[in-house]
Amino acid sequence: MILAFVEHDAGIPTRSSLEALTFARRLAASNGMPLAAVLFGAGGDSAAAALGAYGVSAAHLVTHPALDAYAPAAWGRSVAQVAAAAMPSIVLAAGTDRGQEVLAYAAAMAGAPMAANCIELRPGGSGEPFELTRQRWGGSLLEDARLDGPVRFVTIAEHATAPEVVAASLAVSVQAFEPTLSDSDLRVQVVGRVAPEAGKISLADARVVVGGGRGVGGSEAFSELEELAGLLHGAVGVSRVVTSAGWRPHSQQVGQTGTRIAPEIYIACGISGAIQHIVGCKAAKAIMVINTDRDAPIMSRAAYAVIGDLHTVVPAISAEIRRRQAQ
Amino acid sequence: MNILVCVKRVPETGGRVTLTADERDIDTRYLGFTVSPHEECAAEEAVRLVEANGGSSTVLTLGPEAAADQLRAAMAIGIDRAILLETDGQDWDPVSTAAAIVEAIRAESATGTEYDLLLFGNEAADSGDFQVGIRVALALGLPCISGVKSLEIKAGMATARREAGGGWEVFEVPLPAVVAVREGINLPRYPSVPGRLRARKKEIQRSVPTGPGSHLAGPEKIRLRLPAETEGHVQILGNGAEAAPAVVDVLERIGVLAR
Ligand SMILES: Cc1cc2nc3c(=O)[nH]c(=O)nc-3n(C[C@H](O)[C@H](O)[C@H](O)COP(=O)(O)OP(=O)(O)OC[C@H]3O[C@@H](n4cnc5c(N)ncnc54)[C@H](O)[C@@H]3O)c2cc1C
Ligand SMILES: Nc1ncnc2c1ncn2[C@@H]1O[C@H](COP(=O)(O)O)[C@@H](O)[C@H]1O
Repeated sequence: MILAFVEHDAGIPTRSSLEALTFARRLAASNGMPLAAVLFGAGGDSAAAALGAYGVSAAHLVTHPALDAYAPAAWGRSVAQVAAAAMPSIVLAAGTDRGQEVLAYAAAMAGAPMAANCIELRPGGSGEPFELTRQRWGGSLLEDARLDGPVRFVTIAEHATAPEVVAASLAVSVQAFEPTLSDSDLRVQVVGRVAPEAGKISLADARVVVGGGRGVGGSEAFSELEELAGLLHGAVGVSRVVTSAGWRPHSQQVGQTGTRIAPEIYIACGISGAIQHIVGCKAAKAIMVINTDRDAPIMSRAAYAVIGDLHTVVPAISAEIRRRQAQ
Repeated sequence: MNILVCVKRVPETGGRVTLTADERDIDTRYLGFTVSPHEECAAEEAVRLVEANGGSSTVLTLGPEAAADQLRAAMAIGIDRAILLETDGQDWDPVSTAAAIVEAIRAESATGTEYDLLLFGNEAADSGDFQVGIRVALALGLPCISGVKSLEIKAGMATARREAGGGWEVFEVPLPAVVAVREGINLPRYPSVPGRLRARKKEIQRSVPTGPGSHLAGPEKIRLRLPAETEGHVQILGNGAEAAPAVVDVLERIGVLAR
């Protein structure tokens, strides 16, 4: 059996969890294993019912009088206890903040290792080693590895599998599960929330991102990029050189330790294309480069390029957009 | 307050990566080394907390002798002490790494040094295992908050925030605690020249870790691979400002030009 930790938003399974479930279901099907889910919180029952379309036949709904808000250690303990009772051969989750965290706890509590951000699992036959491929360096490098233990704990890299429903939806048998939790499992809990700022185009969701790197040269010149982003109803993204210099806030950083973007087009100005930057923007449908150096590494990722000084090219593009809009 | 910061030495790769002949590591012959941006921020946070509240900060790494460079870089921005758990240079898996860090913290405790706060990066830059901090916290019976981008310490309590769905989740725990931070929690300072000179003269406390003992460790690396490249063909739209009409044509064609 494969047991999947499924996240949901008030009863709607999250996209990342559906990606992981789709990954899990294909693996389960090719190895003749059933697929089960473990869920938490209000709305878990309706989320569970929706999982039959993704090949889930059983769901464990964790309920406990002291469990209300998200509590990482308690959720990890619960997953470990569901696993101890259901005896799956694989426990998996999406490679999200919560997925990584809950599985790391569950694995550590079960005395087992965990492999994060896998893109392939090769369970092998009896007596053969369990092998996998996982992402390193935010996805710019892959690692083939062996994983031991009676139960394999893994997380599945986000955006690596598109969610897909099965031809014939399954009936989900839903069971409540009450974990045994200690006070120390409940020490860390969400005690408050701050809602997102309304009306702001978030970098992660923007359809157009205008990127600026060291080539922008200083904080003032970002007004040129902001103007272009504004005309295109997009957002400004930057490289780490820019945030380290204090030219722009870290919330605008694109890359391994910043935000992952997936716009229709990413216009990268004065950015060389270090691998840690590329992993943050490679999901863009197209990359347009504006750079003085036609041999910059980012060129090999680009669909379009302008060779030249961004301080003349970017204002010229804005002027041309204005001219056409005025027509 | 006493703070321990854990950092990992990693190669500073640029636009392209090449592997060693045995495909087990990145070819670092022409590369410098650094630590994850998350860990740079953890070190900065420790220095600021000690500046504000008094106490002492210590940086720890498990790695080869050369990782002393990364310990000195942390001391150059104001970390007081450094501990090197020396390996032969092979990568350690996260279970074994956590066990070695726990062993070192217990040894510190045995000689009278207790930590109020253990700071980690949310994930190591190279291996990205997302677990060492959690494993250390569990072994020591401490609470742990991950993904932290804002931290406040007051009256023995840590209040931490992390990003969630465009907004923030808030956590609160009593010290001692483990906190794994992300880049963006602060803007690390650049080391000063006197800071660098001071760091060069400081002692580094060295020991050889014993490893995971009876634990089931892993994952066990077999080989590294570069992902398949989809090297596209770049269309040069022109040079300088003259290219602007061609650029706007492209924007129009892909449908991102608001009219
Ligand atoms: C563990 C780790 C994590 C990292 N995470 C991130 C991350 O999340 N995001 C990130 O961005 N980086 C990250 N980095 C840093 C990364 O390795 C690079 O250092 C950084 O991305 C380089 O930024 P850049 O392209 O702006 O600067 P550079 O590499 O200096 O490139 C500047 C470019 O601007 C061009 N240029 C100069 N002047 C002009 C001009 N007037 N007009 C047009 N072009 C011009 C140059 O030709 C050059 O191509 C990370 C590094 C490490 C080690
Ligand atoms: N070799 C190491 N030495 C010291 N700290 C480490 C080491 N490896 C990992 N860490 C710490 O644990 C965090 C999480 O690492 P990981 O679980 O490997 O992604 C890192 O950001 C570091 O703070």
